[in-house]
Amino acid sequence: MELVLFIITSLVALVSAFMVITRRTPISSVLYLVLTFFCLAVLYVMLGAQFIAAMQIIVYAGAIMVLFLFVLMMLSQRGAQTWESAGPMRKWLGFAAAGGILLVAATALQSVSVTDAALDPEIGTVSSIGEALFLRFLLPFEVASVLLLGAIIGVVAMVKRKPEQQTEAEGDEA
Amino acid sequence: MTVSLGWYLALSALLFCIGVAGVLTRRNALIIFMSIELMLNAVNLTFIAFSRFLTNVDGQVFVFFVMAVAAAEVAVGLAIIVTIFRHKENVDIDKVNLMKW
Repeated sequence: MELVLFIITSLVALVSAFMVITRRTPISSVLYLVLTFFCLAVLYVMLGAQFIAAMQIIVYAGAIMVLFLFVLMMLSQRGAQTWESAGPMRKWLGFAAAGGILLVAATALQSVSVTDAALDPEIGTVSSIGEALFLRFLLPFEVASVLLLGAIIGVVAMVKRKPEQQTEAEGDEA
Repeated sequence: MTVSLGWYLALSALLFCIGVAGVLTRRNALIIFMSIELMLNAVNLTFIAFSRFLTNVDGQVFVFFVMAVAAAEVAVGLAIIVTIFRHKENVDIDKVNLMKW
């Protein structure tokens, strides 16, 4: 039963991930990526990581993909939809390089020797992760908050138009 | 029948390679960015699979941090793309060669 669920979810994840990199319109890529993230959330639940699965849906499928869609809408409004088509040479080289990495990963997989342990229901609950986060990983947690603050300030500083630029742009429109 | 660790690792390796192929073959900066997210998620899957089979919560805490960094990275990266688009009216990475020479 678990195996059937795993095979279905992973097939959907792989197909939609492949769709992400092959669709022509970026909008459909974003939607396929959301599907991939949902499949990964299902896999996380199967691995007993309920908290991370919820985070996956809230942060990735929710916040990050909405940000992507938002930027996409903002850019494509000005007729930027007609990008694309890398040369065939680069396409084949890219897929060959990815295949090479897969080969390396497959060889590395041969040497993994972890015996199957029973699923520990205590691992992955909100309380166990919270305990680890606020006792052993308190400093990294605080550093992450500083990182996010820095990202917010950086984004605002980067995207904000300077006053003279703004009047220039308005003058162009008029 | 339960799923063993190797299956999860194989799946995440495949997802990672799809992400690598996306970064190398596409020219649209936004799709390259999405492929990077795909790679991050493949690594997250590896972390959580190991966390479950080694019965250790640290892997999941690390995934939490990866998500925080990914959120910051997406915000900054999209801001850069928007800024480039304002200058060039384009997000094709072949046409953005300001720092090439």
